[in-house]
Amino acid sequence: MPMANNVNGFDVARIRADFPVLARQIRPGVPLVYLDSTATSQKPRAVIETMDEFYRKSNANIHRGIHTLAEEATAGYEGARRRVAQFINAPSARQVIFTRNTTESINLVAFTWGRANLNAGDIVILTEMEHHSNLVPWQMLAEERGLRLEFIPVREDGLLDMDAYRELLELEPCLVSFTHMSNVLGTINPAREMIALAHQAGALALVDGAQSVPHFPVDVQELDADFLAFSAHKMCGPSGIGVLYGRKELLEDMPPFLGGGDMIKRVYLRSFAPNEIPHKFEAGTPAIAEAVGLGAAIDYLESVGMQAIAQHEHEIVAYALERLEEIPGVRVFGPSAEHKGGVASFTLQGVHPHDISQILDSFGVAIRAGHHCAMPLHEKFGLPATARASFYLYNTREEIDRLVEAIYQVKEIFG
Amino acid sequence: MDDLYRELIIDRYKNPHHRGVLEPNDISFEDDNPLCGDHIRIDLRLDEAGRVSEASFDGHGCAISQASADLLVESVLGKTLDEVRLLSKEDILDMLGIELGPVRLKCALLSLKVLKAGAYGLGEASDDLVE
Ligand SMILES: Cc1ncc(COP(=O)(O)O)c(C=O)c1O
Repeated sequence: MPMANNVNGFDVARIRADFPVLARQIRPGVPLVYLDSTATSQKPRAVIETMDEFYRKSNANIHRGIHTLAEEATAGYEGARRRVAQFINAPSARQVIFTRNTTESINLVAFTWGRANLNAGDIVILTEMEHHSNLVPWQMLAEERGLRLEFIPVREDGLLDMDAYRELLELEPCLVSFTHMSNVLGTINPAREMIALAHQAGALALVDGAQSVPHFPVDVQELDADFLAFSAHKMCGPSGIGVLYGRKELLEDMPPFLGGGDMIKRVYLRSFAPNEIPHKFEAGTPAIAEAVGLGAAIDYLESVGMQAIAQHEHEIVAYALERLEEIPGVRVFGPSAEHKGGVASFTLQGVHPHDISQILDSFGVAIRAGHHCAMPLHEKFGLPATARASFYLYNTREEIDRLVEAIYQVKEIFG
Repeated sequence: MDDLYRELIIDRYKNPHHRGVLEPNDISFEDDNPLCGDHIRIDLRLDEAGRVSEASFDGHGCAISQASADLLVESVLGKTLDEVRLLSKEDILDMLGIELGPVRLKCALLSLKVLKAGAYGLGEASDDLVE
Protein backbone atom coordinates (compact mmCIF):
# COMPACT_ATOMS: atom_id res chain seq x y z
CA MET A 1 0.00 0.00 0.00
CA PRO A 2 1.36 3.47 -0.78
CA MET A 3 2.45 5.62 2.12
CA ALA A 4 0.45 8.64 3.04
CA ASN A 5 3.26 11.10 3.43
CA ASN A 6 1.30 14.27 3.84
CA VAL A 7 -1.28 15.06 6.45
CA ASN A 8 -4.08 15.32 3.98
CA GLY A 9 -3.42 11.79 2.85
CA PHE A 10 -3.57 10.52 6.42
CA ASP A 11 -7.08 9.22 6.82
CA VAL A 12 -7.66 8.92 10.57
CA ALA A 13 -11.27 7.89 10.14
CA ARG A 14 -10.22 4.94 8.02
CA ILE A 15 -7.52 4.00 10.51
CA ARG A 16 -9.97 4.17 13.40
CA ALA A 17 -12.28 1.80 11.58
CA ASP A 18 -9.47 -0.78 11.68
CA PHE A 19 -9.51 -0.86 15.51
CA PRO A 20 -12.64 -2.59 16.83
CA VAL A 21 -12.20 -1.36 20.42
CA LEU A 22 -12.36 2.26 19.33
CA ALA A 23 -16.07 1.77 18.62
CA ARG A 24 -16.61 0.89 22.27
CA GLN A 25 -18.86 2.95 24.48
CA ILE A 26 -17.72 3.19 28.08
CA ARG A 27 -21.32 3.74 29.10
CA PRO A 28 -24.33 4.13 26.83
CA GLY A 29 -23.76 7.31 24.85
CA VAL A 30 -20.20 7.80 26.14
CA PRO A 31 -17.70 6.72 23.47
CA LEU A 32 -14.18 5.69 24.41
CA VAL A 33 -11.42 8.26 23.97
CA TYR A 34 -8.31 6.14 24.31
CA LEU A 35 -5.34 8.31 25.31
CA ASP A 36 -3.16 5.66 26.95
CA SER A 37 -1.21 4.16 24.06
CA THR A 38 2.09 4.73 25.79
CA ALA A 39 1.03 2.09 28.33
CA THR A 40 -0.23 -0.18 25.59
CA SER A 41 -1.62 0.36 22.13
CA GLN A 42 -4.92 -0.90 20.78
CA LYS A 43 -4.92 -3.68 18.19
CA PRO A 44 -6.15 -3.48 14.61
CA ARG A 45 -8.44 -6.14 13.21
CA ALA A 46 -5.59 -7.45 11.03
CA VAL A 47 -3.61 -8.45 14.13
CA ILE A 48 -6.56 -9.94 16.00
CA GLU A 49 -7.65 -11.93 12.97
CA THR A 50 -4.16 -13.15 12.11
CA MET A 51 -3.72 -14.56 15.60
CA ASP A 52 -7.20 -16.02 15.59
CA GLU A 53 -6.51 -17.69 12.29
CA PHE A 54 -3.20 -19.06 13.52
CA TYR A 55 -4.99 -20.81 16.38
CA ARG A 56 -7.79 -22.03 14.11
CA LYS A 57 -5.57 -23.31 11.33
CA SER A 58 -1.89 -23.72 12.10
CA ASN A 59 -1.33 -24.07 15.82
CA ALA A 60 1.57 -26.38 16.71
CA ASN A 61 4.84 -26.14 18.56
CA ILE A 62 7.80 -24.91 16.56
CA HIS A 63 11.25 -26.27 15.70
CA ARG A 64 10.13 -29.83 16.47
CA GLY A 65 7.77 -32.19 14.77
CA ILE A 66 7.69 -32.74 11.05
CA HIS A 67 4.01 -32.52 10.41
CA THR A 68 2.25 -29.87 8.38
CA LEU A 69 1.08 -27.80 11.31
CA ALA A 70 4.54 -27.79 12.90
CA GLU A 71 5.99 -26.63 9.60
CA GLU A 72 3.42 -23.87 9.26
CA ALA A 73 3.85 -22.71 12.83
CA THR A 74 7.64 -22.64 12.49
CA ALA A 75 7.38 -20.76 9.21
CA GLY A 76 5.03 -18.25 10.82
CA TYR A 77 7.30 -17.72 13.80
CA GLU A 78 10.51 -17.42 11.79
CA GLY A 79 8.74 -15.31 9.17
CA ALA A 80 7.84 -12.85 11.92
CA ARG A 81 11.49 -12.70 12.93
CA ARG A 82 12.46 -11.74 9.38
CA ARG A 83 9.69 -9.17 9.30
CA VAL A 84 11.03 -7.57 12.50
CA ALA A 85 14.55 -7.56 11.08
CA GLN A 86 13.36 -5.70 7.97
CA PHE A 87 11.35 -3.27 10.05
CA ILE A 88 14.35 -2.11 12.11
CA ASN A 89 16.81 -2.73 9.25
CA ALA A 90 18.79 -5.39 11.12
CA PRO A 91 21.52 -6.92 8.94
CA SER A 92 20.21 -10.40 9.70
CA ALA A 93 17.12 -12.00 11.22
CA ARG A 94 19.47 -14.00 13.46
CA GLN A 95 20.10 -10.78 15.35
CA VAL A 96 16.45 -10.57 16.37
CA ILE A 97 15.71 -12.37 19.62
CA PHE A 98 12.16 -12.82 20.81
CA THR A 99 11.62 -12.09 24.49
CA ARG A 100 8.52 -11.32 26.52
CA ASN A 101 8.86 -7.54 26.39
CA THR A 102 11.28 -4.62 26.60
CA THR A 103 11.88 -5.37 30.25
CA GLU A 104 13.00 -8.92 29.57
CA SER A 105 15.17 -7.77 26.67
CA ILE A 106 17.07 -5.38 28.93
CA ASN A 107 17.35 -7.98 31.68
CA LEU A 108 18.74 -10.39 29.11
CA VAL A 109 21.55 -7.99 28.26
CA ALA A 110 22.24 -7.16 31.90
CA PHE A 111 22.42 -10.76 32.99
CA THR A 112 24.30 -12.26 30.05
CA TRP A 113 26.48 -9.57 28.48
CA GLY A 114 26.65 -7.71 31.78
CA ARG A 115 27.66 -10.69 33.90
CA ALA A 116 30.23 -11.79 31.36
CA ASN A 117 31.79 -8.38 30.85
CA LEU A 118 31.29 -6.09 33.83
CA ASN A 119 33.35 -6.16 37.00
CA ALA A 120 33.78 -4.21 40.20
CA GLY A 121 34.24 -0.51 39.55
CA ASP A 122 33.05 -0.65 35.94
CA ILE A 123 30.74 2.18 34.97
CA VAL A 124 27.33 2.03 33.34
CA ILE A 125 25.72 5.32 32.27
CA LEU A 126 21.94 5.65 32.37
CA THR A 127 19.74 8.75 32.37
CA GLU A 128 17.46 10.28 34.96
CA MET A 129 14.45 9.71 32.68
CA GLU A 130 14.62 5.92 32.48
CA HIS A 131 11.66 3.63 32.90
CA HIS A 132 12.17 1.27 35.85
CA SER A 133 12.88 -1.48 33.33
CA ASN A 134 16.11 0.25 32.33
CA LEU A 135 17.07 1.07 35.90
CA VAL A 136 16.37 -1.90 38.11
CA PRO A 137 18.23 -4.57 36.07
CA TRP A 138 21.34 -2.41 36.25
CA GLN A 139 20.85 -1.75 39.95
CA MET A 140 20.58 -5.50 40.50
CA LEU A 141 23.74 -6.12 38.53
CA ALA A 142 25.53 -3.22 40.22
CA GLU A 143 24.72 -4.76 43.57
CA GLU A 144 25.97 -8.16 42.48
CA ARG A 145 29.10 -6.94 40.71
CA GLY A 146 29.99 -3.71 42.48
CA LEU A 147 29.36 -1.59 39.40
CA ARG A 148 29.11 2.17 39.48
CA LEU A 149 25.99 3.70 37.93
CA GLU A 150 26.07 7.26 36.63
CA PHE A 151 23.14 9.27 35.33
CA ILE A 152 22.84 11.85 32.58
CA PRO A 153 20.78 14.63 34.19
CA VAL A 154 17.47 15.79 32.77
CA ARG A 155 17.29 19.55 32.43
CA GLU A 156 14.34 21.64 33.54
CA ASP A 157 13.16 21.80 29.91
CA GLY A 158 12.93 18.00 29.74
CA LEU A 159 15.98 17.47 27.53
CA LEU A 160 19.09 15.53 28.51
CA ASP A 161 22.08 17.57 29.57
CA MET A 162 24.45 16.66 26.75
CA ASP A 163 27.37 18.58 28.25
CA ALA A 164 27.06 16.52 31.41
CA TYR A 165 26.93 13.40 29.22
CA ARG A 166 30.20 14.34 27.54
CA GLU A 167 31.79 14.77 30.94
CA LEU A 168 30.50 11.43 32.16
CA LEU A 169 32.01 9.75 29.12
CA GLU A 170 35.43 10.81 30.35
CA LEU A 171 34.97 8.26 33.14
CA GLU A 172 35.39 5.58 30.44
CA PRO A 173 32.11 3.74 30.92
CA CYS A 174 31.55 0.24 29.52
CA LEU A 175 27.94 0.84 28.55
CA VAL A 176 25.49 3.66 27.95
CA SER A 177 21.88 2.51 28.23
CA PHE A 178 19.15 5.05 27.54
CA THR A 179 15.61 5.48 26.39
CA HIS A 180 15.08 6.67 22.83
CA MET A 181 11.90 8.42 23.92
CA SER A 182 10.73 9.18 27.46
CA ASN A 183 7.38 7.65 28.35
CA VAL A 184 6.72 10.54 30.76
CA LEU A 185 8.17 13.68 29.20
CA GLY A 186 7.87 12.50 25.62
CA THR A 187 11.42 13.72 24.99
CA ILE A 188 12.99 12.17 21.90
CA ASN A 189 16.66 11.78 22.72
CA PRO A 190 19.36 12.33 20.07
CA ALA A 191 20.13 8.62 19.92
CA ARG A 192 22.49 8.67 16.96
CA GLU A 193 24.65 11.36 18.48
CA MET A 194 24.58 9.71 21.91
CA ILE A 195 25.62 6.37 20.46
CA ALA A 196 28.43 7.92 18.41
CA LEU A 197 29.75 9.63 21.53
CA ALA A 198 29.51 6.39 23.51
CA HIS A 199 31.44 4.54 20.83
CA GLN A 200 34.14 7.24 20.73
CA ALA A 201 34.54 6.74 24.47
CA GLY A 202 34.85 2.98 24.00
CA ALA A 203 31.42 2.13 25.43
CA LEU A 204 28.61 0.05 23.98
CA ALA A 205 25.12 1.54 23.63
CA LEU A 206 21.78 -0.03 24.45
CA VAL A 207 18.67 1.79 23.25
CA ASP A 208 15.35 1.29 25.02
CA GLY A 209 13.09 1.55 21.99
CA ALA A 210 9.82 0.79 23.79
CA GLN A 211 8.45 4.22 22.84
CA SER A 212 10.39 4.90 19.65
CA VAL A 213 9.95 1.78 17.51
CA PRO A 214 6.13 2.02 17.64
CA HIS A 215 6.04 5.71 16.79
CA PHE A 216 8.69 6.65 14.23
CA PRO A 217 11.14 4.96 11.87
CA VAL A 218 14.03 3.32 13.75
CA ASP A 219 16.97 1.92 11.80
CA VAL A 220 19.53 0.06 13.93
CA GLN A 221 22.27 0.42 11.33
CA GLU A 222 21.74 4.11 10.91
CA LEU A 223 21.75 4.52 14.69
CA ASP A 224 24.71 2.15 15.00
CA ALA A 225 23.04 0.71 18.13
CA ASP A 226 24.66 -2.25 19.84
CA PHE A 227 21.37 -3.33 21.40
CA LEU A 228 17.77 -2.25 20.87
CA ALA A 229 14.87 -3.41 23.04
CA PHE A 230 11.13 -3.01 22.38
CA SER A 231 7.69 -4.53 23.04
CA ALA A 232 5.07 -5.68 20.52
CA HIS A 233 2.13 -4.58 22.65
CA LYS A 234 2.99 -0.91 22.28
CA MET A 235 3.07 -1.13 18.46
CA CYS A 236 -0.37 -2.56 17.66
CA GLY A 237 0.82 -6.10 18.41
CA PRO A 238 -0.08 -8.52 21.19
CA SER A 239 1.23 -8.56 24.73
CA GLY A 240 3.60 -11.37 25.70
CA ILE A 241 6.26 -10.78 23.05
CA GLY A 242 9.14 -8.34 22.77
CA VAL A 243 12.37 -8.03 20.86
CA LEU A 244 16.04 -7.71 21.57
CA TYR A 245 18.20 -6.73 18.63
CA GLY A 246 21.94 -7.08 19.13
CA ARG A 247 25.15 -6.78 17.16
CA LYS A 248 26.09 -10.20 15.90
CA GLU A 249 29.53 -10.53 17.51
CA LEU A 250 28.11 -9.47 20.84
CA LEU A 251 25.23 -11.93 20.72
CA GLU A 252 27.53 -14.74 19.68
CA ASP A 253 29.91 -14.09 22.57
CA MET A 254 27.22 -13.69 25.20
CA PRO A 255 26.41 -16.63 27.46
CA PRO A 256 22.84 -17.96 27.27
CA PHE A 257 20.07 -16.44 29.40
CA LEU A 258 17.51 -19.04 30.51
CA GLY A 259 18.28 -22.74 30.17
CA GLY A 260 15.99 -25.36 28.68
CA GLY A 261 14.66 -26.67 25.40
CA ASP A 262 15.42 -25.02 22.07
CA MET A 263 18.39 -23.04 23.39
CA ILE A 264 20.72 -26.05 23.22
CA LYS A 265 22.64 -27.78 20.49
CA ARG A 266 23.45 -30.89 22.55
CA VAL A 267 22.69 -31.88 26.10
CA TYR A 268 24.61 -34.36 28.26
CA LEU A 269 23.75 -35.35 31.79
CA ARG A 270 26.18 -32.88 33.26
CA SER A 271 26.63 -30.26 30.56
CA PHE A 272 25.23 -28.72 27.42
CA ALA A 273 26.38 -26.95 24.29
CA PRO A 274 24.31 -23.86 23.50
CA ASN A 275 22.46 -23.42 20.23
CA GLU A 276 23.35 -20.71 17.74
CA ILE A 277 21.82 -17.25 17.84
CA PRO A 278 19.01 -16.38 18.06
CA HIS A 279 17.84 -19.71 19.53
CA LYS A 280 20.52 -19.60 22.22
CA PHE A 281 18.43 -16.96 23.95
CA GLU A 282 15.00 -18.49 23.43
CA ALA A 283 14.58 -21.28 25.96
CA GLY A 284 11.31 -23.17 26.02
CA THR A 285 8.21 -22.78 23.90
CA PRO A 286 8.01 -19.12 22.91
CA ALA A 287 5.00 -16.89 22.25
CA ILE A 288 4.26 -18.33 18.82
CA ALA A 289 0.87 -16.84 17.97
CA GLU A 290 2.12 -13.56 19.43
CA ALA A 291 5.11 -13.55 17.08
CA VAL A 292 2.77 -14.08 14.16
CA GLY A 293 0.62 -11.24 15.53
CA LEU A 294 3.68 -8.98 15.77
CA GLY A 295 4.42 -9.69 12.11
CA ALA A 296 0.87 -8.64 11.24
CA ALA A 297 1.26 -5.48 13.35
CA ILE A 298 4.37 -4.52 11.41
CA ASP A 299 2.57 -5.12 8.11
CA TYR A 300 -0.19 -2.87 9.36
CA LEU A 301 2.11 -0.07 10.56
CA GLU A 302 4.05 -0.13 7.32
CA SER A 303 0.88 -0.02 5.26
CA VAL A 304 0.12 3.29 6.97
CA GLY A 305 3.76 4.39 6.92
CA MET A 306 5.94 5.08 9.96
CA GLN A 307 6.84 8.54 8.73
CA ALA A 308 3.18 9.39 8.30
CA ILE A 309 2.39 8.06 11.78
CA ALA A 310 5.16 10.18 13.29
CA GLN A 311 3.88 13.25 11.48
CA HIS A 312 0.31 12.67 12.59
CA GLU A 313 1.30 12.20 16.23
CA HIS A 314 3.42 15.30 16.07
CA GLU A 315 0.44 17.35 15.04
CA ILE A 316 -1.80 15.82 17.66
CA VAL A 317 0.68 16.44 20.46
CA ALA A 318 1.28 20.02 19.35
CA TYR A 319 -2.46 20.64 19.43
CA ALA A 320 -2.79 18.91 22.82
CA LEU A 321 -0.04 21.05 24.36
CA GLU A 322 -1.65 24.19 23.01
CA ARG A 323 -5.07 23.26 24.41
CA LEU A 324 -3.82 21.98 27.77
CA GLU A 325 -1.70 25.03 28.41
CA GLU A 326 -4.81 27.20 28.01
CA ILE A 327 -6.44 25.64 31.07
CA PRO A 328 -5.81 27.61 34.27
CA GLY A 329 -4.07 25.43 36.86
CA VAL A 330 -2.72 22.92 34.34
CA ARG A 331 1.04 22.46 34.16
CA VAL A 332 2.48 20.38 31.32
CA PHE A 333 5.86 18.67 31.67
CA GLY A 334 8.53 17.96 29.12
CA PRO A 335 9.96 19.77 26.13
CA SER A 336 8.14 21.72 23.46
CA ALA A 337 6.39 19.81 20.70
CA GLU A 338 9.36 19.89 18.32
CA HIS A 339 11.45 17.71 20.66
CA LYS A 340 8.81 15.24 21.66
CA GLY A 341 6.61 12.37 20.64
CA GLY A 342 2.96 11.83 21.43
CA VAL A 343 2.96 12.22 25.20
CA ALA A 344 1.51 15.01 27.35
CA SER A 345 2.08 14.62 31.09
CA PHE A 346 0.43 17.22 33.26
CA THR A 347 -0.83 18.16 36.68
CA LEU A 348 -3.90 20.14 37.67
CA GLN A 349 -3.55 22.34 40.70
CA GLY A 350 -5.33 20.98 43.76
CA VAL A 351 -6.38 17.67 42.19
CA HIS A 352 -4.47 14.43 42.47
CA PRO A 353 -3.80 12.77 39.08
CA HIS A 354 -5.71 9.70 40.25
CA ASP A 355 -8.80 11.76 40.74
CA ILE A 356 -8.31 13.45 37.37
CA SER A 357 -8.08 10.08 35.71
CA GLN A 358 -11.11 8.70 37.54
CA ILE A 359 -13.31 11.63 36.60
CA LEU A 360 -12.05 11.64 33.02
CA ASP A 361 -13.01 7.99 32.82
CA SER A 362 -16.60 8.86 33.53
CA PHE A 363 -16.46 10.93 30.34
CA GLY A 364 -14.98 7.99 28.48
CA VAL A 365 -11.49 9.51 28.41
CA ALA A 366 -8.79 6.95 29.27
CA ILE A 367 -5.52 8.43 30.49
CA ARG A 368 -2.93 7.14 32.91
CA ALA A 369 -2.21 8.54 36.35
CA GLY A 370 0.75 7.74 38.55
CA HIS A 371 4.50 7.76 38.28
CA HIS A 372 4.46 5.78 34.99
CA CYS A 373 7.26 3.51 36.19
CA ALA A 374 9.62 6.47 36.44
CA MET A 375 9.70 7.31 40.14
CA PRO A 376 13.16 8.94 40.13
CA LEU A 377 12.10 11.32 37.35
CA HIS A 378 8.99 12.33 39.28
CA GLU A 379 11.07 12.85 42.39
CA LYS A 380 13.38 15.11 40.44
CA PHE A 381 10.46 17.30 39.44
CA GLY A 382 9.10 17.13 43.00
CA LEU A 383 5.89 15.32 42.01
CA PRO A 384 4.44 12.15 43.49
CA ALA A 385 2.46 11.56 40.31
CA THR A 386 1.32 13.06 37.03
CA ALA A 387 -1.58 12.53 34.67
CA ARG A 388 -0.56 11.43 31.21
CA ALA A 389 -2.41 11.57 27.92
CA SER A 390 -0.63 9.76 25.11
CA PHE A 391 -1.37 9.51 21.43
CA TYR A 392 -1.07 7.13 18.53
CA LEU A 393 -2.02 6.92 14.89
CA TYR A 394 -5.73 6.58 15.69
CA ASN A 395 -6.15 9.69 17.86
CA THR A 396 -7.87 12.83 16.62
CA ARG A 397 -8.07 16.52 17.43
CA GLU A 398 -11.69 15.99 18.48
CA GLU A 399 -10.45 13.58 21.13
CA ILE A 400 -8.13 16.26 22.48
CA ASP A 401 -11.14 18.56 22.67
CA ARG A 402 -12.99 15.89 24.67
CA LEU A 403 -10.00 15.60 26.99
CA VAL A 404 -9.93 19.33 27.57
CA GLU A 405 -13.70 19.52 28.19
CA ALA A 406 -13.42 16.70 30.71
CA ILE A 407 -10.58 18.48 32.53
CA TYR A 408 -12.86 21.48 32.91
CA GLN A 409 -15.40 19.13 34.50
CA VAL A 410 -12.75 17.99 36.97
CA LYS A 411 -12.12 21.59 37.90
CA GLU A 412 -15.83 22.04 38.40
CA ILE A 413 -16.12 19.09 40.78
CA PHE A 414 -13.10 20.08 42.82
CA GLY A 415 -14.26 23.68 42.81
CA MET B 1 -18.33 9.26 39.26
CA ASP B 2 -20.84 11.51 40.96
CA ASP B 3 -20.97 8.83 43.64
CA LEU B 4 -17.26 8.48 43.93
CA TYR B 5 -16.82 12.16 44.40
CA ARG B 6 -19.55 12.57 46.97
CA GLU B 7 -19.44 15.84 48.78
CA LEU B 8 -18.13 14.10 51.90
CA ILE B 9 -15.05 12.89 50.07
CA ILE B 10 -14.24 16.16 48.35
CA ASP B 11 -14.84 17.98 51.61
CA ARG B 12 -12.58 15.73 53.68
CA TYR B 13 -9.93 15.89 50.97
CA LYS B 14 -9.90 19.67 50.88
CA ASN B 15 -10.50 20.26 54.59
CA PRO B 16 -9.35 17.23 56.53
CA HIS B 17 -10.22 17.25 60.22
CA HIS B 18 -7.32 15.14 61.43
CA ARG B 19 -4.33 15.96 59.28
CA GLY B 20 -1.02 16.35 61.10
CA VAL B 21 1.59 14.45 63.06
CA LEU B 22 1.64 13.65 66.77
CA GLU B 23 5.05 13.84 68.42
CA PRO B 24 5.55 12.08 70.75
CA ASN B 25 3.11 9.29 70.05
CA ASP B 26 2.45 5.75 71.18
CA ILE B 27 2.04 4.31 67.74
CA SER B 28 3.26 5.64 64.43
CA PHE B 29 3.39 3.88 61.11
CA GLU B 30 3.73 4.87 57.48
CA ASP B 31 3.57 3.20 54.08
CA ASP B 32 3.23 3.89 50.35
CA ASN B 33 1.06 2.60 47.60
CA PRO B 34 3.76 1.68 45.08
CA LEU B 35 1.29 1.83 42.21
CA CYS B 36 0.62 5.51 42.49
CA GLY B 37 3.05 6.88 45.05
CA ASP B 38 0.36 7.70 47.62
CA HIS B 39 1.84 7.99 51.08
CA ILE B 40 0.11 7.79 54.47
CA ARG B 41 1.40 8.14 58.00
CA ILE B 42 -0.83 7.59 60.99
CA ASP B 43 0.02 8.53 64.60
CA LEU B 44 -1.93 7.44 67.67
CA ARG B 45 -1.82 8.39 71.34
CA LEU B 46 -3.39 6.08 73.92
CA ASP B 47 -4.85 6.92 77.32
CA GLU B 48 -4.24 4.94 80.54
CA ALA B 49 -7.07 2.55 79.69
CA GLY B 50 -5.37 1.76 76.40
CA ARG B 51 -7.92 3.59 74.30
CA VAL B 52 -7.01 5.88 71.41
CA SER B 53 -7.19 9.40 72.75
CA GLU B 54 -5.67 11.25 69.80
CA ALA B 55 -5.16 10.24 66.19
CA SER B 56 -3.84 11.94 63.10
CA PHE B 57 -2.77 11.18 59.56
CA ASP B 58 -0.35 12.81 57.21
CA GLY B 59 0.78 12.18 53.65
CA HIS B 60 -0.25 12.82 50.10
CA GLY B 61 -2.40 11.14 47.53
CA CYS B 62 -5.72 11.19 45.78
CA ALA B 63 -9.01 12.34 47.25
CA ILE B 64 -10.07 8.76 47.99
CA SER B 65 -6.92 7.86 49.92
CA GLN B 66 -6.78 11.10 51.88
CA ALA B 67 -10.50 11.25 52.68
CA SER B 68 -10.57 7.65 53.82
CA ALA B 69 -7.53 8.25 56.05
CA ASP B 70 -9.26 11.24 57.61
CA LEU B 71 -12.48 9.31 58.24
CA LEU B 72 -10.58 6.30 59.50
CA VAL B 73 -8.52 8.08 62.13
CA GLU B 74 -11.67 9.84 63.30
CA SER B 75 -13.39 6.50 63.72
CA VAL B 76 -10.69 5.02 65.96
CA LEU B 77 -10.96 7.67 68.68
CA GLY B 78 -11.99 5.91 71.90
CA LYS B 79 -11.26 2.43 70.55
CA THR B 80 -8.86 -0.07 72.11
CA LEU B 81 -6.08 -1.48 69.96
CA ASP B 82 -7.93 -4.81 69.90
CA GLU B 83 -10.91 -3.04 68.41
CA VAL B 84 -8.68 -1.26 65.92
CA ARG B 85 -7.22 -4.58 64.82
CA LEU B 86 -10.72 -5.80 63.98
CA LEU B 87 -11.42 -3.02 61.48
CA SER B 88 -11.98 -4.34 57.98
CA LYS B 89 -12.31 -3.34 54.39
CA GLU B 90 -16.09 -3.20 54.82
CA ASP B 91 -15.75 -0.62 57.57
CA ILE B 92 -13.84 1.68 55.22
CA LEU B 93 -16.30 1.20 52.39
CA ASP B 94 -19.20 1.89 54.76
CA MET B 95 -17.56 5.09 55.89
CA LEU B 96 -16.92 6.25 52.34
CA GLY B 97 -20.33 5.09 51.20
CA ILE B 98 -19.14 4.16 47.71
CA GLU B 99 -18.32 1.16 45.58
CA LEU B 100 -14.75 0.87 44.30
CA GLY B 101 -12.99 -1.13 41.59
CA PRO B 102 -9.80 -3.06 42.36
CA VAL B 103 -7.41 -0.21 41.55
CA ARG B 104 -9.13 2.47 43.60
CA LEU B 105 -9.73 0.01 46.42
CA LYS B 106 -5.99 0.10 47.05
CA CYS B 107 -6.19 3.87 47.48
CA ALA B 108 -9.04 3.56 49.94
CA LEU B 109 -7.39 0.79 51.98
CA LEU B 110 -3.90 2.25 52.29
CA SER B 111 -4.78 4.02 55.53
CA LEU B 112 -6.33 0.90 57.03
CA LYS B 113 -3.23 -1.08 56.14
CA VAL B 114 -1.03 1.53 57.83
CA LEU B 115 -3.27 1.72 60.89
CA LYS B 116 -3.41 -2.03 61.40
CA ALA B 117 0.30 -2.55 60.83
CA GLY B 118 0.81 0.06 63.57
CA ALA B 119 -1.76 -1.52 65.89
CA TYR B 120 -0.15 -4.94 65.50
CA GLY B 121 3.33 -3.45 65.90
CA LEU B 122 4.50 -4.97 62.64
CA GLY B 123 7.76 -4.11 60.94
CA GLU B 124 6.12 -4.00 57.53
CA ALA B 125 2.59 -3.52 56.29
CA SER B 126 1.03 -6.30 54.28
CA ASP B 127 -2.03 -6.56 52.08
CA ASP B 128 -3.14 -9.49 54.24
CA LEU B 129 -4.18 -6.92 56.84
CA VAL B 130 -6.96 -5.56 54.66
CA GLU B 131 -8.15 -8.64 52.80
C1 LIG C 1 10.47 3.80 27.82
C2 LIG C 1 9.95 2.47 28.26
N1 LIG C 1 10.81 1.48 28.50
C3 LIG C 1 10.39 0.26 28.88
C4 LIG C 1 9.06 -0.03 29.06
C5 LIG C 1 8.68 -1.39 29.53
O1 LIG C 1 7.95 -2.08 28.59
P1 LIG C 1 7.37 -3.50 28.93
O2 LIG C 1 6.50 -3.32 30.14
O3 LIG C 1 6.62 -3.88 27.71
O4 LIG C 1 8.52 -4.39 29.21
C6 LIG C 1 8.13 0.97 28.82
C7 LIG C 1 6.68 0.71 29.05
O5 LIG C 1 5.95 1.53 29.52
C8 LIG C 1 8.58 2.24 28.41
O6 LIG C 1 7.71 3.24 28.18
